[in-house]
Amino acid sequence: MTFPQRAPAAMQPNAAGGAFDAAECEQFLVHEARLLDEGRFDEWLSLFTADCRYWVPSEPNQASPRDTISLMYDDRRLLETRVRRLASPRIYSQEPPSRTSRMIGNVTIEAADADGCTVRAKFQLLEYRRESQRIFGGTSFHRLVRGGDGIQIAWKRVDLVNCDAPLEGLVVPF
Amino acid sequence: MSAMSGDDIRALVQPGRVNRRLYTDPDIFERELAQIFGSAWIYVGHESEVKNPGDFLATRIGRKPLLLVRDADGKIQLLHNQCAHRGSMVVASNGGHTSEFRCCYHGWTYHLDGRLKAAPLLNGYPAHFDPKNPEFAMLSVPRVASYRGFVFGSLAEHGQSLEDYLGFMTTSFDDMVDRAPDGELEVAGGVFKHTYKGNWKLYLENLCDAAHPLFVHQSSIDAARQQSDEVNSDGSGEIAIRQMRQNGAPYSFWEENVGIWSYPNGHSFLGDYHDDAKLVAALNDPVFRDYIAAMEARKGKEATKKVLEVRRWNSNVYPNLSFMSQFQQLRVVHPISVNETVVHTYNYRLKGAPARMFENTISFANIVNGTGSLVLTDDLEIYTRIGLGLSSAGSEWLEIGRGYAGDLPAEHGGRRGKNSTSEVYIRNMFDAWLGFMAQDAPEEASSARPARVPSPHARAEARQ
Repeated sequence: MTFPQRAPAAMQPNAAGGAFDAAECEQFLVHEARLLDEGRFDEWLSLFTADCRYWVPSEPNQASPRDTISLMYDDRRLLETRVRRLASPRIYSQEPPSRTSRMIGNVTIEAADADGCTVRAKFQLLEYRRESQRIFGGTSFHRLVRGGDGIQIAWKRVDLVNCDAPLEGLVVPF
Repeated sequence: MSAMSGDDIRALVQPGRVNRRLYTDPDIFERELAQIFGSAWIYVGHESEVKNPGDFLATRIGRKPLLLVRDADGKIQLLHNQCAHRGSMVVASNGGHTSEFRCCYHGWTYHLDGRLKAAPLLNGYPAHFDPKNPEFAMLSVPRVASYRGFVFGSLAEHGQSLEDYLGFMTTSFDDMVDRAPDGELEVAGGVFKHTYKGNWKLYLENLCDAAHPLFVHQSSIDAARQQSDEVNSDGSGEIAIRQMRQNGAPYSFWEENVGIWSYPNGHSFLGDYHDDAKLVAALNDPVFRDYIAAMEARKGKEATKKVLEVRRWNSNVYPNLSFMSQFQQLRVVHPISVNETVVHTYNYRLKGAPARMFENTISFANIVNGTGSLVLTDDLEIYTRIGLGLSSAGSEWLEIGRGYAGDLPAEHGGRRGKNSTSEVYIRNMFDAWLGFMAQDAPEEASSARPARVPSPHARAEARQ
């Protein structure tokens, strides 16, 4: 797992540093899921570093976001734009809004160094909108680092089990 | 319900308006599959997807699963993906490389051109069965043809040649291919598959609609306009953010600076939308400078200028293909049912262009035209809302009359709108629609069949 291909600056040594333990990581992922379920997207955005990447590949085992399309691939500027759009009263693809419910589990630390760690987790996500419900599931990877206010996400990758299926629009972030 | 006559069909399309049943009636949908998708030239893939003998790709026309194959002689074949024995779909994968096709049910095997190669237990068959007869094969689609690497199939034995069918739209394909320094394209970067609960015709009707972005895309226009360019970026959103901001151009822009052209057989393109200077900041963008240098090295300065001066935005090829040369993107619309559609969106690599050009293609697709994009997701919502709106019993007629009085004849047998907000391209698609649909449907074989027949099997002469 090498992502992003060009390491963001935030992955360089970071003063707060230090080891993460699995329970702390799991608590963080649960907190992140809660912000998304409650539609607190600004707070969710604030979890990310200033040079973060957010990635939902379109293919299983996709190697790169640069030479292959992605369901979502945002740098900080695009992620800010995506989150700002979610707050727009004219985002018709969220009228009515989705309601979501996420479960996080099987959390493991895959790699760790002095600056942070890569956390792997399984998730299931129910999305209800306009009298129908869809279910997503898969594996997420977070690169977590220590930031000013605590743990921050340097990058996040979400591998959906059905990433290459025909899908209706994906608007709420995973 | 008895079949509709040609006159019944003609009554559903009037000057500047169409009957709602065109989007809601399952019988009309089935007739579209039979008479439009059953005879028009339908895009089935690109030659670069089956480069070498033995390469194959699963594709379809309407709901029919087909295989696009490069046979042993290097010829392109388009085969029905059906075993001649018991009808099983022979190939279940999306594509790959093989020396033969083998049905997993009883092991019948086929050459790459569909001819039967071998079948076990070839004994005791009745007289009609002859494994050497080309009828006992994975049958070919009656006509297959390419234009500059783009492969089309037609389920009709006879009709216009592909080039005649495309007419002046061949120049939109030229525009796409000529932008490659090496003069060749290559499908690359994966496929978006979108679905919506609405009629298949809505997709192309929206793609040249210059009057919708200001409303439908307001959320991404506002979000992009308010976005600071000072925050961290790896450059991948650059062009997409320009595009989202540009979508908010006022009506005066669309009425004064953009044109719409339509052509026989339902084709059309939106022209003059963007030049490269607007979208990639041509003179300042180092990637684009490298690209122009590569173009000039291969084609010369004059020819390069001529290629890059073409400013077409979406080109629609009736009934179900749309592409955009500036970002090397192509979409194929697959009708599933009267109220369900799947769209496959592909990207092309310009051979000989700097690698970063293709990265731009990918990031533009992700943010503007992807399943999780900031733009297309609102279009998908609109298609579904049309599906929902039409499930009410509101007005019987849907208006496609904007700009009707201002339509003008154009060169090459075309018609253009007075400006880009004209719905001339939708009216033009329905002219083509009528051409296919108003022909009386062929009689269904089932209606001629007697209710009871003696078993033919009991008295068949066995083949020894």
